[in-house]
Amino acid sequence: MRLTELPLRQPAFVDLIDWSVLSPSEGQRLREFGLCEGASVEALHHGGLWGKGPIACKVGRMTIAMRRNHAAAVTVRTGPDAAP
Amino acid sequence: MSVLPLVALVGNPNAGKSALFNALTGARQKLGNYPGVTVERKAGRLALADGRPVELVDLPGTYSLNAASPDEQVTRDVVMGRQAGERRPDALVIVVDASNLDNHLRFALELIALGLPTIVALNMVDLATRDGLELDAAVLARELGVPVIATVAVRKRGLDHLREELGGLLDSAAPEAKTLPPERDFDAVRGEARRIARAAVVRETPSRRLTAAVDRVALHPVFGLLLLLGLLFVMFQAVYAWSEAPIAMIEGLAEAAATAARDALPDGMLRSFLVDGVINGVGSVVVFLPQILILFFFILMLEATGYMVRAAFLMDGIMAKVGLSGRAFIPLLSSFACAIPGIMATRTIADPKDRLTTILIAPLMTCSARLPVYAVIIGAFIPARDVLPGVGLQGFVLFCLYVAGIIGAMLVALILRMTVTKGASGGFLMEMPKYQWPRPQDILLGLWQRAVIFLKRAGTIIFTSTVILWVLLSYPKPPEGSAVSQVDYSIAGRIAGGLNVILEPIGFNRDISLALIPAMAAREVAVSALATVYSIDAGDDEALLERSLGDRLKDQWPLPTALAFLAWFIFAPQCISTIAVTRRETNGWKWPMFMLGYLFVLAYVAAGLTFWTATALGLS
Ligand SMILES: Nc1nc2c(ncn2[C@@H]2O[C@H](COP(=O)(O)OP(=O)(O)OP(=O)(O)O)[C@@H](O)[C@H]2O)c(=O)[nH]1
Ligand SMILES: [Mg+2]
Repeated sequence: MRLTELPLRQPAFVDLIDWSVLSPSEGQRLREFGLCEGASVEALHHGGLWGKGPIACKVGRMTIAMRRNHAAAVTVRTGPDAAP
Repeated sequence: MSVLPLVALVGNPNAGKSALFNALTGARQKLGNYPGVTVERKAGRLALADGRPVELVDLPGTYSLNAASPDEQVTRDVVMGRQAGERRPDALVIVVDASNLDNHLRFALELIALGLPTIVALNMVDLATRDGLELDAAVLARELGVPVIATVAVRKRGLDHLREELGGLLDSAAPEAKTLPPERDFDAVRGEARRIARAAVVRETPSRRLTAAVDRVALHPVFGLLLLLGLLFVMFQAVYAWSEAPIAMIEGLAEAAATAARDALPDGMLRSFLVDGVINGVGSVVVFLPQILILFFFILMLEATGYMVRAAFLMDGIMAKVGLSGRAFIPLLSSFACAIPGIMATRTIADPKDRLTTILIAPLMTCSARLPVYAVIIGAFIPARDVLPGVGLQGFVLFCLYVAGIIGAMLVALILRMTVTKGASGGFLMEMPKYQWPRPQDILLGLWQRAVIFLKRAGTIIFTSTVILWVLLSYPKPPEGSAVSQVDYSIAGRIAGGLNVILEPIGFNRDISLALIPAMAAREVAVSALATVYSIDAGDDEALLERSLGDRLKDQWPLPTALAFLAWFIFAPQCISTIAVTRRETNGWKWPMFMLGYLFVLAYVAAGLTFWTATALGLS
């Protein structure tokens, strides 16, 4: 499931990130935020009136905001044995 | 004199570096609860426990030494000793946020690996405690291999300890520092950071998180936007509702001073200079201090609580549509105070085209210097009645003028991004800070600083421009018995007469032409210039002298002219300082000239359309 589809406030782990969607500097910034394969994530808020706005999500202890096209590059998994 | 030891404060954005810098040096650097507050290197002096002085530098926050934006490059260059004309720091104080160690320790490890003498300030322990997190600094120190000191920068806790450690560190022989950051696998460092962060946790009790609860409303697609609009709306209502009494007081003082001067001095140039130029001219601007402070009160509150990034989140949809990064919203919001810090703050934007576009539209955000101009015209022409219960018409019109500026900025951005600053559309990747209650003393200090800056402006640039204008308006004297008025006969009057040929079609009169040129020095001068013109025009006519500037305007200007004047100032070519800072930030004259040109055209067209429409509608 993509991060954009993850139900709000459901803990999940990052499975895969399609780095090719991100520019090198954006990819680097995401890594610096701690968003990488295996990181724990939780979608907190979807912005925008028609669900097209940015997404706020929790990565580790930090809350970050990103646009949907970037969040769509992140595949997550949930469930009891999702933890890496 | 020997060179002082140089110590740099480094760390992630919003870790509290500037707060620590202020606490240690007594400086008053700007703080704000959002990433990217500090955008340049600032130096100060600190006394160690034994009184020895040390030079301390505050740096922009960054997530790694891999700088993405111009502000982060400064930090990298200073830390690596590559900054032109600067020596490399002798030691580093790494500031980390105790409530977000996993993340901040990764950068700390990267910095420690450089081999410079280092101390870690474990800052914001109070926030960690609020979140139910208890940490062991000793474990951290052991794992990191450097001293770790718990601090609460804003409460000045842990500072003595920090000074003591710093003294010891500078005394011991400095190890050889690396000139290149050691190559290490990014993920490995992050893993280690996480391991150390976990090891340092003594206790973690889940606690009610304030931030998550507030954000459910503040970031809600509907309620969040309503809240943002509501906040702005209240802000502009407050600018009128709260300022009446203090303004009346300042006006009373100015009037008393003018009367006293008129009574005490014989009729002549000195009296005219004091009354027309200084008291009526400069005084007409100082009157707006209360309104400006109310505006700043709201801006300071937004900055201190952590709401700035939430506002950027809510506005990101619009920013994306016009091809800007969501982060650009923050410099634009700061431009409500003044375009200069706003333009400086664009250094946090990584993409050059994105940044350039933001710089070019920043002057369209109504800066506080324009507030007096709006306020004087609104006060004169818009009746002070309620459109709805509790909603004043004047505040509403002011709100609309600000909104017009924002809409103009968005349209210009859209066009620029399709033409001169074409490029990949920026993204929006930002950390969202936890909410904090603003500390009253911080807000008061901020207001005090703004008041001092404003009064200094009134005393220097506004005063000087007004005095020059007074001279140009007072000479030469028309011959005795001439039918030509003093103002028309003067040098300034003749220049304005020439300029008026261009401005007449859009409904501007001679007085407006007179006010626009000195307004380039500082926009408030438009108001003091009008006050001086009318004061000189009145001569000794007691009845005219009694009337306020607003009343005089109402007597002399038709409504379409007043509206056109307001429209002009939404876009008005910006002040000289803005042009200068744009030149510096874009490294040349090309973009400031472009900015000046397009703003002038927009202002002209907007004022013209307003005038013609208002005239056609028969408004008067
Ligand atoms: N509760 C608490 N708040 C703090 C502490 N230190 C700083 N702050 C607040 O945290 C926010 C960020 O502080 P700054 O000093 O501006 O952070 P900075 O590291 O300079 O940030 P940048 O300049 O953006 O890199 C401000 O609102 C401060 O008032 C602390 O120890 N405890
Ligand atoms: Mg700072």
